[in-house]
Amino acid sequence: MSNDSLGRVETKSFIHKDSFSLKSGKTLQGFEMVYQTYGELNEAKDNAILICHALSGNHLVAGLSEDDKKGWWDDMVGPNKAFDTNKYFIVGSNNLGGCHGSTGPNSINPENNIAYGSSFPMVTVGDWVKSQDLLRTHLGLPYWYAVVGGSLGGMQALQWSIDYPDLVKKIVVIAAAAKLSAQNIAFNEIARQAILADPNYNSEDKLPKTGLGLARMLGHITYLSDDAMREKFGRDMKKGEVNFSYDVEFEVESYLRYQGESFSNRFDAHTYLLMTKVLDYFDPAESHDGNLAKTLKSVTAKTLLIAFSSDWRFSPERSRELANAFIEAEKDISFLEIDSPHGHDAFLMPSETYDSAIETFLEKNE
Amino acid sequence: MNKLIGNFIQSNARVLDLGCGDGSLLAFLKKNNQVKGLGLEIDHQKIQKCLQKDVSVIDQDIDSGLSNFQDQSFDAVIMSQSIQALRKPEVALEEIIRIGKEAIISIPNFANWRCRLQLIFGGTMPVSSALPHDWYSTPNIHLCSLKDFEKLCIDHGADILDRQLLSFDGEEQSFMKVAPNLLTEIALYRVKARN
Repeated sequence: MSNDSLGRVETKSFIHKDSFSLKSGKTLQGFEMVYQTYGELNEAKDNAILICHALSGNHLVAGLSEDDKKGWWDDMVGPNKAFDTNKYFIVGSNNLGGCHGSTGPNSINPENNIAYGSSFPMVTVGDWVKSQDLLRTHLGLPYWYAVVGGSLGGMQALQWSIDYPDLVKKIVVIAAAAKLSAQNIAFNEIARQAILADPNYNSEDKLPKTGLGLARMLGHITYLSDDAMREKFGRDMKKGEVNFSYDVEFEVESYLRYQGESFSNRFDAHTYLLMTKVLDYFDPAESHDGNLAKTLKSVTAKTLLIAFSSDWRFSPERSRELANAFIEAEKDISFLEIDSPHGHDAFLMPSETYDSAIETFLEKNE
Repeated sequence: MNKLIGNFIQSNARVLDLGCGDGSLLAFLKKNNQVKGLGLEIDHQKIQKCLQKDVSVIDQDIDSGLSNFQDQSFDAVIMSQSIQALRKPEVALEEIIRIGKEAIISIPNFANWRCRLQLIFGGTMPVSSALPHDWYSTPNIHLCSLKDFEKLCIDHGADILDRQLLSFDGEEQSFMKVAPNLLTEIALYRVKARN
């Protein structure tokens, strides 16, 4: 693994002035999208890769942010890393509805000059892809050499290959699914209820931090595997013994509370609500009466699907369903199930098999 | 061997290679027969090599079933010297001829004279170039002879369209026709589902 870092990376902003219609029927009067780029665009402009972020991610993919925090995929994006910035021009953007600079619930609604908050219109993966295509045009890219993402990011990569078959050569869909299961929607619903039930939700001067923290605690459990939690915490106690109270006693409680609290300080509850809805609504096969293979008929991108053995939020079976639809549609598809104890979070962590599969797949063969 | 298999494959065919290893055969067929290939493999190092060769590959264990493949969805399904390593070769054969309009299957011949001699005079389980493993570490848990395989085909609804008799390095040897079940080291079959 390389220690090469990209150092401090500048955040840029793309402003779309025209109105932008959403799948929900609502319209945004223009939008701002923040993004970062890593590596250089070559002369042929055929080395651009879009990395799509997941639920709580953003455009800070690699390098260091202004407050010296490492990007969420810094272990895998950089010089000589799986996504090698010596070879590729990599773009990471913050999705619409986000809370890290792109137009979202914290932005001012031009119609009434107050922040959108809960009135920010619902967006979909398809809307995101459409907005990312405007960014592509803005950057002067004829097409993406690859679109890549894990989890909700993988769903965007998949949507890209369906909606813009001529504008993407390869996709890598990691730890994702073609649609959410009832269990997945159920987890999202509890997360939403935690936020909506917070008395500070929609209050004028307070934030629903307790609810958002709870939502994150729940989410966090589903991102780890049973084994990983046993390994990390077991039944370890903070003070070595029980004290018959509802205070923090077990290490795992302490960890979850910390995760919930720190998350609620850096993330927006409206964005979280929105993102869970985007996940729940995702179902590209809807346009073809639920027939995924038919939906994929138009795809021309070479596709690599990666799943992780201990991921139960988006289990390998969900990726296999997707792979089978690609096979039925007679598409160029490869699928790899990587052994990992890290659950859904494994997609964020480099490993030899994972890195080299991506590196090899991205290699130009023509 | 790749060339012999290639002779059985139409150009532009859709080909499924079960147990595709490092993807050499599919890469060869892609180059020479312009096939649209897909491989199945479980060894991640070999999958890596497939990706290096630009061969599409699915991480899937044949023993856990092939029900994810549609009927007659491939022009040819290839199983090269691995049917004897499966838990249920008879189920695999039925699946192969269901999925493929044709199937190309090669087997190491356990009734080859060298194997017979080793067993009769050496009193040990045969080890040869075609079957290089010791009895305790061999992946080949369902070894068979040409006669055995041909009976399997008859019993499980497969018609044999072609048979080639080869040495372990994949060379065609016409002398083997004299006594195929005794002389052949590897047999290559082209089969399809009986109508």
